[in-house]
Amino acid sequence: MSDADKKRLLREMIFFRRFEDRTFEAYMERKIGGFLHLYSGQEAVATGVLEQAVVGKGSENDYVITGYRDHIHAIKTGAPPREVMAELYGKETGSSKGRGGSMHIFDASQNFMGGYALVGQPFPLAAGLALGCKHKGTKQIAICFLGDGANNQGTFHETMNMAAIWDLPVLFVCENNGYAIGTHIDRSTAQPDQYKRVDQAYNMKSSQHDGMDIDNVMEAAKTAIDYVRNESKPYFIEFMTYRFRGHSMSDAKGYRTKEEEAEWEKRDPIKIYSKKLIEAGIVKQADIKAMEKEIDDEIENDIIKFAEESPEPKVEELTKYVLDDNPDPRWIGPLQK
Amino acid sequence: MAETAYWEAIRRAHDEEMARDPLVIAMGEDIGVAGGTYKATSGLYEKYGETRIVDCPISENSYTGIGIGASMTGMRPVIEIMSINFALLALDTIVNAAAKIRYMSGGQIACPIVMRTPGGTAHQLAAQHSARLARMFMSTSGLRVVTPRGPLDAYGMLKSAIRSNDPVIIIEHEQMYNLKEDIPDEEYFRPLEGAEVVREGSDITLIGYNYSVHLCLQAAERLAKDGISAEVVDLRSLKPIDRETIRKSVEKTHKVLVAEEDEAPVGVGSEIITGIMEDCFFALDSQPVRIHAADVPVPYNHKLEKAAIPNADDVYHGALKVMGKI
Ligand SMILES: Cc1ncc(C[n+]2csc(CCOP(=O)(O)OP(=O)(O)O)c2C)c(N)n1
Ligand SMILES: [Mg+2]
Repeated sequence: MSDADKKRLLREMIFFRRFEDRTFEAYMERKIGGFLHLYSGQEAVATGVLEQAVVGKGSENDYVITGYRDHIHAIKTGAPPREVMAELYGKETGSSKGRGGSMHIFDASQNFMGGYALVGQPFPLAAGLALGCKHKGTKQIAICFLGDGANNQGTFHETMNMAAIWDLPVLFVCENNGYAIGTHIDRSTAQPDQYKRVDQAYNMKSSQHDGMDIDNVMEAAKTAIDYVRNESKPYFIEFMTYRFRGHSMSDAKGYRTKEEEAEWEKRDPIKIYSKKLIEAGIVKQADIKAMEKEIDDEIENDIIKFAEESPEPKVEELTKYVLDDNPDPRWIGPLQK
Repeated sequence: MAETAYWEAIRRAHDEEMARDPLVIAMGEDIGVAGGTYKATSGLYEKYGETRIVDCPISENSYTGIGIGASMTGMRPVIEIMSINFALLALDTIVNAAAKIRYMSGGQIACPIVMRTPGGTAHQLAAQHSARLARMFMSTSGLRVVTPRGPLDAYGMLKSAIRSNDPVIIIEHEQMYNLKEDIPDEEYFRPLEGAEVVREGSDITLIGYNYSVHLCLQAAERLAKDGISAEVVDLRSLKPIDRETIRKSVEKTHKVLVAEEDEAPVGVGSEIITGIMEDCFFALDSQPVRIHAADVPVPYNHKLEKAAIPNADDVYHGALKVMGKI
């Protein structure tokens, strides 16, 4: 990877952190409603995995799907950040035209197939996206990002089994941040090593890696993605990570200790990567400062401005998009009498 | 024209649509090698192979979800759920995903899946195999729910459902798979929307859907012998409901009965009669009557089962009540 690409990756991760920080502020200002789940701390996972996938190339992209903590996955797949922010503001110019909100970002033009609120629901949808790719004979794969908690849903077991028997080209990325809201994995899950839950049980390749060092993530993801694409088989990859903020906005984090948080913050993916690039002489501390300034300006003067100034959906269009708005009368009718 | 059984009509629709469009696949339990519980896909595994007639493990929620995911890439999966009772396992992917993805995505992504399932009572299958549940699906925004009453619609509506861009639930009936009817040899389509007057009459409107249309038709025969002319309306689609056709019929007959196999509370009849109150209350000459199942889990014992589930006799007597004859 070139120095320029390394610098870009660092910039992306800083951008993702600042983007989420800014959504936090907008939420406090009541510009954003509903539930808001931030990705801070886990950036190296989505950034590193999707760096190895086909993203940002429109309809050629691999399919990406995830849960409700979806802003960054959407942006890295190719959704314009200003549209994601406008979606959080509930605007007509938002990724989902203001109908979805934070938990339901979609960008079909980039094959970003959505954020879903039902924990574990994306497992089968992802396998279905992969089935579509396989059936049509494209070289695309499906990538499904979900948390550790999702693996206690029935859909996890049902889907691992079917993905394996049907050889579906799907990569399941488990972002193991140790918690499902306030419940620690040791209290919810008999086998805390998630990758062990699929290899024997579903005869699927799987592995576990550190998720805070993006180099590490990229290396592991490359092996997994190559396998899925070339062998047309599923792979389950687990990354150990940590979310720095609460589960969503109203989380006092009473379930974890300050010491534990401090330990993980030492392994902040942005700090790790900054340090590496500084040591390699690729960037200087001053470059990072300049980057941050540039990012904040972009967020404020372009992204937030766009979201603020965009129109809301029209109330007259409340029932648009429920069903096909231009159905073919041959199939839909009404019945001719 | 050829006499065709309900299951053969479904099979033919699958076959033609699969031959036409390689993106059409069928998924479900025992539909391939085993030929299908109701033979609705028999012979198609041999013809199209295992990637198009997909035998699924007993994982209703997730294979339905896989079908939905595939539909998001432009495929047209037809999912058979062995019994509507088992469709409850797939409610998450049907109600929370398929029905909402178009809306949540601001119209970007369609889920053109078809889910076929028998919903109704057969003979002594007891509480866990006799659910009807039509009323549950018809209350979900973002779905289409249709109920073919015979082979003509079973074929024509499945063809339309496969081609429509919406998620469609087709509720069939265990007691109708062997029902026979003449249907055209050439290809045709029957639209998903629109109720149909299947017997004209002037004294009372009997409204049914799915199997209860047949109960209404049998009752209408008996009423005719009593000199009462009953009009029978088949709803065909429970979502959306064709209120216009209902209103026209009620304005003609001024009397109405709704027959359903579902239980009454929050049932199909409740919805239809509320619509009539809103659309043509002043056209009514007498109180409407609902014929429906008893509010109990369906019993095994044949006498109890018979008492729980409405039959043509119940519809006949209900109609006499509306007419003020009893
Ligand atoms: C089916 C379902 N049950 C419960 C919830 C409530 N809920 C939302 S997020 C969450 C925890 C999920 O944890 P995990 O999968 O580890 O993801 P993380 O939030 O840590 O990224 C729960 C229980 C839900 N959204 N859906
Ligand atoms: Mg978690």
